[in-house]
Amino acid sequence: MARKILLALTLVFVCGLAIAPTVAQDEFIFGMVLVGPFNDRGWSQAHYEGGQYVEQNVPGAKMLYFEKLNPADAPETTLRDVVTNMVDKGAQLIFTASDEFEEDTAEVAKEFPDVIFINVSGDDAYAGTAPANVGNVMGTIEWGKLIAGCAAGLTTETGSIGYLGPLINFETRRLAASAYLGARYCYENYRGLDPDNLKFTVTWIGFWFNIPGVTLDPTEVTNSFFDSGADVVISGIDTTEGIVVAGQRAKQGEKVWSIPYDYVGACEEAPEICLGVPYFHWGPGYAQIVAAAKNGAYQQEWTLLNPDWTDINNPDTSGVGFVKGAGLSEANAASLDDFIAKAAAFAQDEANADTIFLWQGPLKYQDGTEIAAAGEALPYIAPLGEAPSIWYLDQLLEGMTGPSKQE
Amino acid sequence: MKSQTLTAQAALTALPIILSLAITALLVMAVGADPREVFTLVWEGAFRDLRAVGQVVNFWIPLTLCSIGLVVTFTAGLWNIGVEGQMILGAVFASWAALTLDLPAPILVPVEILLAMLGGALWALLVGVLKVRLGVHEIFGGVALNALANVIAIYLISGPWQPPEGGSVRATPPFPAPALLPPLSDTFKVSLLALVIVVVAVVGVWLALRGTRWGLQLKATGKNARSAMLLGVPTGRSALSAFIVCGMLAGIAGSYRVLFTYNSLRPGVSGGIGFLGLLVVLLVANRALWAPLVAFAFAAVLGGSARLKIALQLDASLAGVLQGFLVLTALLSNGLRARLAPPTPISMIEEPAPQPIPAEAAHEQ
Repeated sequence: MARKILLALTLVFVCGLAIAPTVAQDEFIFGMVLVGPFNDRGWSQAHYEGGQYVEQNVPGAKMLYFEKLNPADAPETTLRDVVTNMVDKGAQLIFTASDEFEEDTAEVAKEFPDVIFINVSGDDAYAGTAPANVGNVMGTIEWGKLIAGCAAGLTTETGSIGYLGPLINFETRRLAASAYLGARYCYENYRGLDPDNLKFTVTWIGFWFNIPGVTLDPTEVTNSFFDSGADVVISGIDTTEGIVVAGQRAKQGEKVWSIPYDYVGACEEAPEICLGVPYFHWGPGYAQIVAAAKNGAYQQEWTLLNPDWTDINNPDTSGVGFVKGAGLSEANAASLDDFIAKAAAFAQDEANADTIFLWQGPLKYQDGTEIAAAGEALPYIAPLGEAPSIWYLDQLLEGMTGPSKQE
Repeated sequence: MKSQTLTAQAALTALPIILSLAITALLVMAVGADPREVFTLVWEGAFRDLRAVGQVVNFWIPLTLCSIGLVVTFTAGLWNIGVEGQMILGAVFASWAALTLDLPAPILVPVEILLAMLGGALWALLVGVLKVRLGVHEIFGGVALNALANVIAIYLISGPWQPPEGGSVRATPPFPAPALLPPLSDTFKVSLLALVIVVVAVVGVWLALRGTRWGLQLKATGKNARSAMLLGVPTGRSALSAFIVCGMLAGIAGSYRVLFTYNSLRPGVSGGIGFLGLLVVLLVANRALWAPLVAFAFAAVLGGSARLKIALQLDASLAGVLQGFLVLTALLSNGLRARLAPPTPISMIEEPAPQPIPAEAAHEQ
């Protein structure tokens, strides 16, 4: 009997040994480098939860993350140090989740040619300047910003909308401009008002989130929007000051609304005055990239994560989405649904594959330069310097108030 | 009796380390982690291989330069809290050279460093003049000039030095290769030139404070400026010279951040290193040769704690907590030691705390 037990135990032990390496081999470690806190209810949290989605949906996938990598919060650490630590811990793929990391990613990637790097929101892979092991990914959040703009245009009673901008670059200009186009369209087509009377002001704070003493304070900027007559503030920054301030002022009896950004749960800060939130679902796109890398099939790519027009809020299929907020009136919610249906119909028409709804001529830059004539569509992307495009939007659009470049 | 005193001294030396480690361990346990694992990870983070050591050294270089500069100002009885701003100005001056001068590396790099020294020294001199000539306390002057330096850097980054794709407060364009300090090797990414500068600075300050007339004048000014002045020591000039030396060293520290660590000028480039330098100097009780050692310990704990975040997802500010407790308990222990120690004609243990120069003494210069 004892011999049988010993034999059984030995068998279990041997099986265990045989299985253990299989489990270890199946593991795929990936890194996630965040510029802000992992729980910022904005950009960084959306990525962090995207990483968690990968862990849940790609067998064996395990995330290592590093938050708040920026000179103010982590002066002793650089991207190189973080990557080195992650690679030491077995990371085979690393997402660098900010345009802040674009140049540093390209540099560090050269030192780790066997590791795949995915820089979020960059375009080196499109431009052909990225090292072979660096790809890019970005959600086509312009769609979400159009819808956000529409919600603002439908709701504003003062005819004045504030856009809380981060820093100024191609990405932030095209997102602010998308919101403007959505606002104009809905102000005119659902309310029958003259869109030229709609005031759309952009104030750039200087960075993706507040750095005391470095950026403008987004709380003060939001307050000054409301003080100067705007009643809807659309946020383009990573954090939630816009909606927090709007919530506070609404509690004091003011009729103001806000549209946060980035994170699906951002409305929770002040649901009653939230018109909705355009957000990223990084999870499904990240899962595809990680699964491909795990199988050795990842090819360098400039990847775009698009909305799933059958259901833009499907967490398993849609790369970007828009959740309507409780601040939106019933009538305006119906109008917004109609607008989303129009956008979906436009997007699903193959003739429009290379452009985005409402980005059709006539379109002019702030200085009057025409970028798309009447009847022409502005392409989503074209090589920088060759032709105007949405991606490389060089100025804000005519009709918007605010600087296109830092003076 | 003597052995009892020695035992007490040894206990008081070990006390801050043991106490701060114990408090940190308790905090770690409170958040449900294993302190042994935490300390192992920090150790691994700092020393597992040459790359990791390189990371520590890269933080240690500017920290030591600031600390050793602060030893000079502390000796003269000055709380040079403006060291952060002096770092930033050094970084700005070096960045100007890196972005505008088209020179070969062997000429450009020394020019950048000399300009950084000039920038830091000018900014420090401003604090000094405010103090010595106008009676503005160096802490207030320093804080104001830190803020101003920050504003200047941000203006340059988001304005005249913005990258071609558009302005932001992200960074200037990356500097060209000849403007950068070359690393020793691919695995040990540290600048040899900066290491040499640090060694020269530490030894130089130590020797100058020990064996020169200038050092003696600084000490006299720091211990009792009024008496020193009555004895013929030019206290105002001594104070200004201390500011200038500290500013030059902080300026080099700033240039290292932009010419090596980041390869561009970024907001917050000083990263609180100057303030950390103040803690180092408090901890070593102003002893020049101890400063690089304690700075290295600080750099190792901070650098190593990056691994904590990645491996245990514990906030790396735990390292800051450890440091804070270390400084507090060290100051506490120094106070106890001073009470317990038998009175001696000259204290062999530590320099006395800096005493500010009386404004009237300074004015009489």
